[in-house]
Amino acid sequence: MEIIKPGININFIGKRKIAYLISGSLILITLFLLIWKGPRYGVDFTGGVVIQVRFDKKKSINEIREALKPIHLNDSIIQEFKGKEAEYLIRVRKTNIDLAKVHDQVKDALLAKFKKGVDIRRVEMVGPKIGKELKQKALLAIFYSILFIAIYISGRFEMKWMMSIVMAAALIISVYTASSLGVKITWLIFIAMVVTLGLCWFLRLRYALGAIIALIHDVTITIGAFLITQKEISLAIVAALLTIVGYSLNDTIIVFDRIRENLRKPKKQPFPILINRSINETLSRTVLTSSTTLFVVLALFFLGGKVIHDFAFAMLVGIAVGTYSSIFVASPILLIWKEEFGKK
Amino acid sequence: MRITKIYGEPDMNRGILWRVVLAGFAILICLIYLIPSLPIYNTLPDWAKKILPNKKIHLGLDLRGGIHLVLDVDVNKAVETHLDRMIDDLRHEMRKHKIRYLKIERVGLKGIDIRLMREKNSDVLNSIVKRNYPELKVIQKGKLISLILKPEAKTKIMNMAVEQALETIRNRVDQFGVSEPDIRKQQNNTILVQLPGIKDPRRAIKLIGKTALLEFKLVDDEHSVEEALKGRIPPGDEILYQIKKDPRTGREIKIPFLLKKRTLLTGEYITDARVQIDPRTNEPYVLLTFDSRGARIFARITGENIKKRLAIILDKKVYSAPVIQDEITGGRAQITGAFTMQEAHDLAIVLRAGALPAPVKVIEERTVGPSLGRDSIEKGIKAALVGGASVIVFMAVYYNLAGIIADFALILNILFIMSGLAMFGATLTLPGIAGIILTIGMAVDANVLIFERIREELRSGKGPTAAIDTGYGRAFITILDANITTLIAALILFQFGTGPIRGFAVTMSIGIVANMFTAIFVTRIIFDYLYAIKGLKKVMI
Repeated sequence: MEIIKPGININFIGKRKIAYLISGSLILITLFLLIWKGPRYGVDFTGGVVIQVRFDKKKSINEIREALKPIHLNDSIIQEFKGKEAEYLIRVRKTNIDLAKVHDQVKDALLAKFKKGVDIRRVEMVGPKIGKELKQKALLAIFYSILFIAIYISGRFEMKWMMSIVMAAALIISVYTASSLGVKITWLIFIAMVVTLGLCWFLRLRYALGAIIALIHDVTITIGAFLITQKEISLAIVAALLTIVGYSLNDTIIVFDRIRENLRKPKKQPFPILINRSINETLSRTVLTSSTTLFVVLALFFLGGKVIHDFAFAMLVGIAVGTYSSIFVASPILLIWKEEFGKK
Repeated sequence: MRITKIYGEPDMNRGILWRVVLAGFAILICLIYLIPSLPIYNTLPDWAKKILPNKKIHLGLDLRGGIHLVLDVDVNKAVETHLDRMIDDLRHEMRKHKIRYLKIERVGLKGIDIRLMREKNSDVLNSIVKRNYPELKVIQKGKLISLILKPEAKTKIMNMAVEQALETIRNRVDQFGVSEPDIRKQQNNTILVQLPGIKDPRRAIKLIGKTALLEFKLVDDEHSVEEALKGRIPPGDEILYQIKKDPRTGREIKIPFLLKKRTLLTGEYITDARVQIDPRTNEPYVLLTFDSRGARIFARITGENIKKRLAIILDKKVYSAPVIQDEITGGRAQITGAFTMQEAHDLAIVLRAGALPAPVKVIEERTVGPSLGRDSIEKGIKAALVGGASVIVFMAVYYNLAGIIADFALILNILFIMSGLAMFGATLTLPGIAGIILTIGMAVDANVLIFERIREELRSGKGPTAAIDTGYGRAFITILDANITTLIAALILFQFGTGPIRGFAVTMSIGIVANMFTAIFVTRIIFDYLYAIKGLKKVMI
């Protein structure tokens, strides 16, 4: 069986301007939302309490709010889970109260109002100190994954391991200087990215540049999806982002390997046509590998339950965007490069 | 091609033989490691259990239900208590050596300040300190003697407090009866407590977090409580409250007590504490037994203070304040105070296990009820089955026989992940299940790459064996790269992740490594067998 016929020849490169427009606007929207509204962090990072409670029958959100009034938690965010069961999520975002007692207080307050049929199914309490620590850890994880993957692909794609060592050293030095100057970790990540891209540019690691830009593109847009849908960014979401960092590269690697293989062939072709041919030749596997992964992520999204739902959502967006970017973002970057330097 | 040469030798039969042996051996090891995690393990005879490995897959708290707590030990308080105790001792020493002083007080966590009446006494004091308290440094300015706690001594006190707290909590949990608890020291003076399968998390948290500092103090009956409440607290006194529930309204009422600050006896001499029922009131109370030293102190206190009231205080709350009728020499005391049976039982546990050296605070709690854990497992398995089945069917339909071979590799991959978890004694969490499900989707990627390449080679007119050779050879590097980048992300996640997220990183990492073996090595054996040895003419791909 074949879905994508062998002789296929779609003019992807010709449509790259449209792709630039789409990607550019999505990234701009993300940056705009990031600056304007900021992400909604889960209790993992902000500190606070989340209580998942199930009642024997449906209650209105106002009833629950009323029950929480005596303990002054009626300003909490209360959400109802979709579905047959009367299941709710109560989020306490204050951190200036004794968080350790909230679990107790909420259970007692709900019992006082509804008498029975109150089942506390899950409690997540994170003190502000731990929240800060976890945030730090999550950011460090993102930072190191970008660092190591950048080093790996710049070495691997160009077979210039010496250069990747130079790059690693430069990155470590710049980050070390920045951190010793007391720069915040969010900025460190930004600095690391700029330095990485700058180095790729100066060291002429064009494949690495394309792959890393595609990578940043994928992660940014996935975060954008969370900003637009107002979903919370928790530890599990950071895990999903890291997985996307690792996985979205796969498709890019497939296309790039083919481009290099075609470049070695004796028959010379203009570079844009060669790139387009390579994308078309590998299109079938790009689509198939993403599809099989999408199958399972969809299963996770629809059947995996509430706890894992947002994680699956992040993966869904990340894989879709990753496939798109390997065709429309990573490869055209090579072309821009060629247009800049090829003439010389 | 390079790789063609390796496999294209005429002694294909021998080449395939050692590869089959290797794969079979790996599968066998995996199966053996998986047995302890299966239900049949329990029905096996003892000799079989002895031969088999004893590690098995653990279910994470999010799947079996339970509590995860991070406790912050208030080590500053431990230093304060240590200094306060030194002040008590110093007072005693100075009285013994007839050193008169104006005041002695603790200066934060730094040390102790003593203002002497006469400067000439300072030499005696100096030698007392040098002899008894090597952890203090003496700085003298005239009559003012500053005793500074050395930094290394301070760190030692703090570390001791955490160690002791760890030990005490371990004792309490043991007596409470939890199977497979995990109690560990972490950095920054915190303690991690994981209790799987707890039915009443609130009770467990209370039991663990209680300082359980038991103190005996005299009630000051010479001064009035009312006056003290207005702010005129007599020197050396303090106000503590008894908290009672009004039996009619159910509201809490606080009864103030004016007490002598000095602690006469603490719970450190307790050898036993058990729940008894008062036959008159039918209410439970806790009976304490002191060791011989505690019994002597208790006898002295009671003997010296007949007709006075002795308050029994637990964590700064007055439980009862009975009038001392007579000297009590048996070394026994009882704590009463409208307990429920369960409260009395838990109180007995904490008193037996001893007090925490410093208060602890819960700074992270993650509780999952058993019903949610079961739900999560069910849903995870359902998602895995549906996702897995759709991938398997898709591969079989799309790639025919080759797809079925890839499906076989996929199932093998899952087996490898499970036995890998068992081998490391790792914990399977909900994100871990998600990791397995993702791996199912990603594992076939390798085969897709190989098969697409084989199809391409076949189209360009190559024969079956040549096409298979080139397909595997060319796709290998790409697969390696793709897997390495994902592995980098997974390993970093393992390094920085906590709890359940680590479970995700573990299953992903094992899955990726196993994938290289199953999707490339094992499928290749089958292809070689079918096409190079059996000589199938048409590649069904």
